[in-house]
Amino acid sequence: MKSANTVVAPALDDQELEALEIELLLEAIFRRHGYDFRGYAPASLKRRIRSFLGKEGLQTVSAAQERLLRDRDCFNRLLLAISVNVTSLFRDPEFFLVFREQVVPMLRTYPFLRIWHAGCSTGEEVYSMAIVLQEAGLYDRCRIYATDMDESVLRQAREGIFPLDATLQHAENYVRAGGTGSLSDYYTSGYGHALFRSSLRDNTVFSQHNLVMDGSFNEFNVIFCRNVMIYFGKAVQDRVHTLLYESLALFGILALGAKETLRFTPHERAFSQLAVGQRIYRRVQ
Amino acid sequence: MPLEGSRALARCSGLVVIGASQGGLTAIETLLEGIGPSFPLPIVIAQHRSALSSESMLCGAIQRRSPLPVSEPCDKEQIAPGRIYVAPADYHLLVDPDGLALSTEGPISYARPSIDALFSSAADQFGPSLIGVILTGANFDGARGAADLKARGGYLIVQAVQTAEAAAMPRAAIAATTPDEILPPNKIGSALLRRAALQKGSILCP
Repeated sequence: MKSANTVVAPALDDQELEALEIELLLEAIFRRHGYDFRGYAPASLKRRIRSFLGKEGLQTVSAAQERLLRDRDCFNRLLLAISVNVTSLFRDPEFFLVFREQVVPMLRTYPFLRIWHAGCSTGEEVYSMAIVLQEAGLYDRCRIYATDMDESVLRQAREGIFPLDATLQHAENYVRAGGTGSLSDYYTSGYGHALFRSSLRDNTVFSQHNLVMDGSFNEFNVIFCRNVMIYFGKAVQDRVHTLLYESLALFGILALGAKETLRFTPHERAFSQLAVGQRIYRRVQ
Repeated sequence: MPLEGSRALARCSGLVVIGASQGGLTAIETLLEGIGPSFPLPIVIAQHRSALSSESMLCGAIQRRSPLPVSEPCDKEQIAPGRIYVAPADYHLLVDPDGLALSTEGPISYARPSIDALFSSAADQFGPSLIGVILTGANFDGARGAADLKARGGYLIVQAVQTAEAAAMPRAAIAATTPDEILPPNKIGSALLRRAALQKGSILCP
């Protein structure tokens, strides 16, 4: 459809049009709500946005944009849909076993420990690690910060209530992770849920922190940031690596997910790998 | 605009994605024996597997049948020609402008890794230079991804149903879209070599 002042628009197929809509939506969200998803890894982000559209009964990203800009509740639902909150107690038991056997002995040399769970989601890993630290007799000297960008998952994390069926399923992971008792020692069950002991969060502060946008807020001896950065594009990952590096004390420990690596990141040379087969690093520079 | 501005992918003149479920390992082994030692394109495999299966088990089995280096990629690992990447247990594997991307989102169609997620994301990045192979399996994963691949101009090969240990998955892919070829596993290797040779030097490759 050429008009008199012939402007030829590029031909976009449906997928390219959707990519454009997503780009515009992320810019709009950043300017309206202050959350920056622009540097997120695009393929999985697109899947989560599509699944959000399905749940909201919306046909296009543009239709979602109108509602997201005006309706805060709708935006909160998007926030929950975009952040991946799939986690479980003692997920990846091998990691906890190696941590217990190889990192805990090093931590014993410290009179006081500051620990950060960056991107803690609903808190399963925080409680799992608290159990490891209690069994090692280290918990009383720990000050633990558990952060996430989304306040609604933090509320769940503070409660320490997890579905009972999932908890029972993960009891075996606790044993694989080198647990010395029984997982049921740590919770009481009722109404299909497991309420974890409040002593597992006595020394823990749950608070909102956005890795993509907020700065360093303390210096830590241990930082857990496992399967969080996989949702970021490479440029944002590099920025977050700098934030973690700046937040880690010399000889502090950085634990990443099983398939995350420090190779090709800005501070690669400042770390040495602690355990073969596990992404547990120690800052040595 | 799939191929523009994607630094990590620019060096690849195409990509092969393979989806397999029940009975898949045997089919993958036969297929790899057929492509020989000097296949020019990177290969990414999503084989449904137990959440607790180890890297050494599946990669080791595949490595025994191919001289091309086989590994589970790390997140945002760049895709290099002549290599075979296997989706790690309990992760989705997707293709991003930055390379291979992992995700721990919930299972899609009961599967993690999801063949649909791999195929659709690869189709977005590679468009007409993507080649997809759907092998044996007892579910419907991959059908939607195969349709996305075809919609973006990719080339689709599906395992012949009568040669599949479980027919549901190839059957679902054939119902969802029109494959370019339907072949038994021992013929898929040579078909991939033909197609890769055709893509090399054609307008499909930048």
